[in-house]
Amino acid sequence: MTAHLPILQVIIPLLAAPLCLFIRIPRIVGIFAILVSATAFLISCGLLQEVITGGTLSYQLGGWAAPWGIEYRIDKLNGYLLLLVSGISTIVLVAAQTSISKELPENRHTFFYTAYLLCLTGLLGILATADAFNLFVFLEISALSSYTLIAIGTDRRALTASYQYLVMGTIGATFIIIGVGLMYMMTGTLNMYDLAERLPAVYESKTVLSAFGFFIVGVCLKLALFPLHLWLPNAYAYAPSITTAFLAATSTKVAVYVLIRYIFSIFGIEFVDMSLPLGDIFLFLGLTGIFVASVAAIYQLNIKRLFAYSSVAQIGYIILGLAIGTELGLTATLLHLFNHALMKAAIFLAIGAVVYRIGSAQLSHYAGLGKKMPWTMAAIVAGGLSLIGVPLTVGFVSKWYLVVALLDKGWWPVAVLVLISSLIAVIYVWRVVEWIYLTPPRIITDEIKEAPMSQLIPIWILVLANIYFGVDTRLTVGVSKLAAQSLFGVN
Amino acid sequence: MNIIGLYNYWIVVVLMLIGFFIVIAHENLIKKLVGLSIFQTSVFFLYISMGKVAGATAPILDENYQLYSNPLPHVLILTAIVVGIATTAMGLALVVRIYEAYGSIEESDIQVQDNNDRLEDYLEAYGRKNDTHLFNQDKDE
Repeated sequence: MTAHLPILQVIIPLLAAPLCLFIRIPRIVGIFAILVSATAFLISCGLLQEVITGGTLSYQLGGWAAPWGIEYRIDKLNGYLLLLVSGISTIVLVAAQTSISKELPENRHTFFYTAYLLCLTGLLGILATADAFNLFVFLEISALSSYTLIAIGTDRRALTASYQYLVMGTIGATFIIIGVGLMYMMTGTLNMYDLAERLPAVYESKTVLSAFGFFIVGVCLKLALFPLHLWLPNAYAYAPSITTAFLAATSTKVAVYVLIRYIFSIFGIEFVDMSLPLGDIFLFLGLTGIFVASVAAIYQLNIKRLFAYSSVAQIGYIILGLAIGTELGLTATLLHLFNHALMKAAIFLAIGAVVYRIGSAQLSHYAGLGKKMPWTMAAIVAGGLSLIGVPLTVGFVSKWYLVVALLDKGWWPVAVLVLISSLIAVIYVWRVVEWIYLTPPRIITDEIKEAPMSQLIPIWILVLANIYFGVDTRLTVGVSKLAAQSLFGVN
Repeated sequence: MNIIGLYNYWIVVVLMLIGFFIVIAHENLIKKLVGLSIFQTSVFFLYISMGKVAGATAPILDENYQLYSNPLPHVLILTAIVVGIATTAMGLALVVRIYEAYGSIEESDIQVQDNNDRLEDYLEAYGRKNDTHLFNQDKDE
């Protein structure tokens, strides 16, 4: 049984998704979805444990040997991210039970959970698989279900946002299969590790270079790297809050994983160095993204849009770590992947709790809520402090590693820019604080009260995780370092 | 060199650019989806033609033939075709709902309506002068 864990992780949510449609009764479907996601989480805990002690796990689908059959391979990098995705998904689902009852009409609840589990399947599949084409299939499973999750809400702007995401996401995914196809032409294989062995022989060819180019553009569309981020702010702002919390915490992170996997495990650092000035491109786009998106965040009226722009900025930091091109830089990237997922899940869930109570994500409606919903607001502020990078929060840990990596490389001007950009984060977080605590309430009602426990508990689990991993960094830093070492060691 | 001999790639490139152009240039949401489909189809051609081996036959074992085409890209692209259908169906379903919600499928119309929504949000936030001490300049036009 334990030998099959790598595939069970993906298969269980995949099979559970259609079952939701048979169960039908929304309350039971919700609990069923939590159980499924929790199972995936337990499996991923077991897998990570096994990978850290026993090394990389390889699973042959259907018993077909690797280059011919599809292989699933769990190493430190994806073991770590599997834990993150399934963990966040479980916590978000707990909050979903009450939140969607307010935001979605009753008859859509079952569909919501079905699409949610499919999206989870896709994300876990992308992480687990070692087959380039299989990765594309899972990418599309997760993408198609996230279009549904976004459009399922009642705000009509969610429909156009979802449409826009569909068009850009499909272009991105198509670019990725063009890349896979061109690599297949040159090597005749689709297994990632087999590709890594065969590609060096054809490094010189233009076909491999264009495969790489298509691939990078496709993935950067998916991970919303500035200036390919246009789909993201609207999609996050108008989707139901639970969708936003889940996607913001996981889907772009998984796309970053795909980028890291392709650069380090398939093409290899040497190829990237000699073919494209990728480090410079990422440095430029990362920094511009950080500044443009942070400044844009300041001017938002919708709090979800504000934090969506902040997500684009945080992706800039993640890419900046990659641009450095050293082991330390990669460690910072991996840390920020994990930490940013924790912050954004906490913030968006807290916003979801407010939407549950007041039915709006307009910043102006938050006036005076600091008194009415103290715990929820404290969670938003704690998440905001983490975004800024205040000590004792996870945000500090990853920014610290990023700055250390930049200084180690000798890029001190960039390090200064990173610190300045944190000050812009102070401005947009301060705007939120100002509305919450310092503005007299607009809507005078006594009905507004603290969010229900079923939402407060998941929110505060995430907030405490934000603080816990900001103090005790053994797990996050330890695994990130190990993963970064193994990625550099392989090549 | 052999420009005509590589005609399959020319077809792929031309279709891809036509599709991409339609997606970017057209305002009508349905036409955009048509462009997206053409764009995806060009990739199907890329995969299908790469599996063809000159002078070879279909990959069905038979004593009379020695040379077979590679079936794997064809199988892969079957999957991609299914994905393409799902994407188009999803896109069309969204367009139907967009039409119901906005009464239009022209991008510019929808944008105007969205901007009006946003303007209302803005007025609600900063419009009434005495309501806020944050931005009490004359922004309530």
